[in-house]
Amino acid sequence: MRAGPIASTLARLYGTRGWVSLGLCALLLFVLVPLGNLVTPADSAVHISTYWVTLIGKIMCYAMVALAMDLIWGYCGILSLGHGLFFALGGYAMGMYLMRQIGREGQYKMDMPDFMVFLDWKEFPWQWWNSDQFWWAMLLVIAVPALLAFVFGFFAFRSRIKGVYFSIITQALTYAAMLLFFRNETGFGGNNGFTDFKRIAGIAITTPQTRVALFAITGAALIATLLLARYIVTSKLGRILAAIRDAESRVMFCGYNTVNYKLFIWTLSAVICGIAGALYVPQVGIINPGEMSPANSIEIAIWVAVGGRGTLVGAIVGAGVVNGAKSFFTQAAPEYWLYVLGLLFIAVTLFMPRGIVGLYAQLRDKWTGRAVA
Amino acid sequence: MSAAPKEFSGGASGEFAPARIATEGLDASHGVVLYLDDISVSFDGFRALNKLSLAIDVGELRCVIGPNGAGKTTMMDVITGKTRADSGTAFFGQTIDLAQLTEAEIAHAGIGRKFQKPTIFEQHSVFENLELSMKMDKRVRKSLFARLDSAQQDRIAEMLTLIRLADSASRQAGLLSHGQKQWLEIGMLLMQEPRLLLLDEPVAGMSDEETERTAELFLTLAGKHSLVVVEHDMAFIGRIAKKVSVLHEGSLLAEGTLEQVQADPRVVEVYLGR
Repeated sequence: MRAGPIASTLARLYGTRGWVSLGLCALLLFVLVPLGNLVTPADSAVHISTYWVTLIGKIMCYAMVALAMDLIWGYCGILSLGHGLFFALGGYAMGMYLMRQIGREGQYKMDMPDFMVFLDWKEFPWQWWNSDQFWWAMLLVIAVPALLAFVFGFFAFRSRIKGVYFSIITQALTYAAMLLFFRNETGFGGNNGFTDFKRIAGIAITTPQTRVALFAITGAALIATLLLARYIVTSKLGRILAAIRDAESRVMFCGYNTVNYKLFIWTLSAVICGIAGALYVPQVGIINPGEMSPANSIEIAIWVAVGGRGTLVGAIVGAGVVNGAKSFFTQAAPEYWLYVLGLLFIAVTLFMPRGIVGLYAQLRDKWTGRAVA
Repeated sequence: MSAAPKEFSGGASGEFAPARIATEGLDASHGVVLYLDDISVSFDGFRALNKLSLAIDVGELRCVIGPNGAGKTTMMDVITGKTRADSGTAFFGQTIDLAQLTEAEIAHAGIGRKFQKPTIFEQHSVFENLELSMKMDKRVRKSLFARLDSAQQDRIAEMLTLIRLADSASRQAGLLSHGQKQWLEIGMLLMQEPRLLLLDEPVAGMSDEETERTAELFLTLAGKHSLVVVEHDMAFIGRIAKKVSVLHEGSLLAEGTLEQVQADPRVVEVYLGR
């Protein structure tokens, strides 16, 4: 390819300022944080503790989920209240592999994961087939959320289920999956889920080097997701998605099969969540059915609303701000966190319809007395 | 008789080809672009259409009038696939059975529709509104990588001039005046290069001057396209009409020139009451 189209595509994605900010973020994620954590002594002022590396790594996974949510909600007007399910499925696919990596170092010193030994299972259930292979785990991380989202979306969109009805069904879907995963006989460790991981790809999982590597991979995945999402929303396809959000029947009468468009973005969104979940589990060290709880999925929508819908960057900001506040409050005053979250959501809905990133434009419009453009 | 059985293959890659139908082409060899035969539609027992039959010739400009609730909008819903007829047949040309197609496929086959309330993409610019409605490959994958070539940009520029919005190309469509929105929607229809245009109250909310310009536009479009215009504005009808169909209680009451139908005692009774 010639340089022309690539340069024009890059220019389409972000202006100079955008690329410079993105470059600075990359510098921070790939150079400064690793150096600050691994090279500087622990008592130095510029030292970044492993606690922070893990926390930011975790929030970056949430930010990917928020981007996925913004793609379907902010741009296509489909509010999913079940995105936690796709996140958890990606996490479980990764978790199975990590369980197999424990090998014989579990409590029971057996080949099978402890919970299976405890339940007196003699062989792996079918869904664990090939789960000791890393490539297979990676395949499942993408294929399972994609397949579920595709089949569910196909029937939902073809039946023209929209708006709040769609949201409720997605909520029910994740709830049903949670109940299923809670059961021991499902073969996913019941309510304890998977934990006590030892290694990933043969490397010890809790060393600072592994943590920083996972952190950097997550950072790269987040930036890649942002650029992919930006590519989509600035394409003609992105304009069609926004048109579906605003006037779906007109889009149909223009000759577009809106079912296929919704299915595309919905499935892609689920896959992004799956990848985020797979990156989350080795960093946090646990996956259990709680990730599928309806409240978790609702929280994802709150991140996006707080940051600003239909902006992409707002999704990342929202995920960062809400989760940053959450980790502060759950330590400082755990009993108040849910009240804070609820108030935050109400305040944003009432006073900041365009979210944090839209605040500047909102205030500017207000002060200059202009109508909202 | 009809197009290949409609198969739903909703691939994420967008492997669904309404274009297949378009390439088959419209067979209007008998000089008729649209046949409605014995169409009935009921909503919860209310007969919105009652054995309605109507035929539109190629290049014709047909006006459809009738009191509120006569079934004019329902007729358009049936033609565009939004509502399915309980009985009767609707054919586009000789071969395309509209009952077998989805809204998108019907649009692709060459029927464009303007709604009663202007429906444009309010958050998009005027230019983007025309871009999205332009006739081109409308599958998902193509849309992801689509770029406008210079011929397509020229087409949009021509259309902007025709609908007198050249100065507002980058303006957000939601900020246009009501009349301008109506024109934009007409422009969007024309970008689809339809064979048949269905226009539901196209001059509602327009100023006299805009109405006059719309009448001129429609008269130039007739011949190249077939038009079905539903309108209440009788002055406007008088300006453009050659043949008028009067609907009443879901059926065809009278058909002829405007003078003929206005002289028809049944039409007078329907309009003036018992």
